[in-house]
Amino acid sequence: MNLEHIDHLPFIVGSYAAASIVVAGLIAWVTLDWRAQRRALADLEMRGVARRSAEPRGQLPLEEAKGGA
Amino acid sequence: MALTNLANPARFLTFANRVIPWLGGVTVIVFAFGLDLAIRAPDDYQQGATVKIMYLHVPSAWLGMLCWGVMTIAALGTLVWRHPLADVAAKAAAPIGAAFTLLCLVTGSLWGRPEWGTYWVWDARLTSELILFLLYLGVIALWRAVEDPSRAARAAAILTLVGAIDLPIIKFSVDWWNTLHQGASVFRLGGPTIYPTILIPLLVMAVAFTLLFVTLHLAAMRNEILRRRVRTLRLLQASASS
Repeated sequence: MNLEHIDHLPFIVGSYAAASIVVAGLIAWVTLDWRAQRRALADLEMRGVARRSAEPRGQLPLEEAKGGA
Repeated sequence: MALTNLANPARFLTFANRVIPWLGGVTVIVFAFGLDLAIRAPDDYQQGATVKIMYLHVPSAWLGMLCWGVMTIAALGTLVWRHPLADVAAKAAAPIGAAFTLLCLVTGSLWGRPEWGTYWVWDARLTSELILFLLYLGVIALWRAVEDPSRAARAAAILTLVGAIDLPIIKFSVDWWNTLHQGASVFRLGGPTIYPTILIPLLVMAVAFTLLFVTLHLAAMRNEILRRRVRTLRLLQASASS
């Protein structure tokens, strides 16, 4: 494929570059956020902060998921 | 695992941890397949090679609308059924939908310049799509402005339901008004007007983008549940020390 003969190549390359940036940005956002939240949780647990419902580990009360304290 | 069991955030976390790596792998494979088809697809007889922008523009437009649709169902879940994961789903979806809508606007501009001679025109389709992007920014701003997640969820849910009016306007704008943007060519009563050699890569790319959305949404929901868990623990810590 001879790239020089493709019409409007900068517009096509620009579109695929924009898509790459957006997709990479979204993946980076969820990955970095995941690491940050896990680090924050580990830090709190290391300091001995535990939820009232923490006895069966991993069971999160429904109120908590609704954002309540 | 029954679907209703996922209403429990802890069970949802277990489910998400198990599913996300597999979904991510399938997404990569379908994207590779779709991009290969898109590269090898023939040029359009009128548009030439610029038709390759369609393989990004159309799926991102669909996803921008699909994401608001997901947020609308989640808004009903928040306001009507008070489903424990509804506002988690809505909050996690908003930045993803905003990103795909922005990508739709950018690729549309880059496609419009060689085809229409302009990057932008205030026609009904482009303007209603821009309004959708602004609505996404509004919902994200609301979530950030209200500190209490429950109150933020209700406010964002109302804005989401009001904003859902924009979805049929986007879809039918090309029928209701005389627009520079072309009419529907895939989902229409008489069937697609696109030749299969171009339509099949488009549909594969649409599946790839949808899988990407599902993967990112599950991951963002998982992050949001953890963020709320961190918030709860910090509040507990603060009340214990005071």
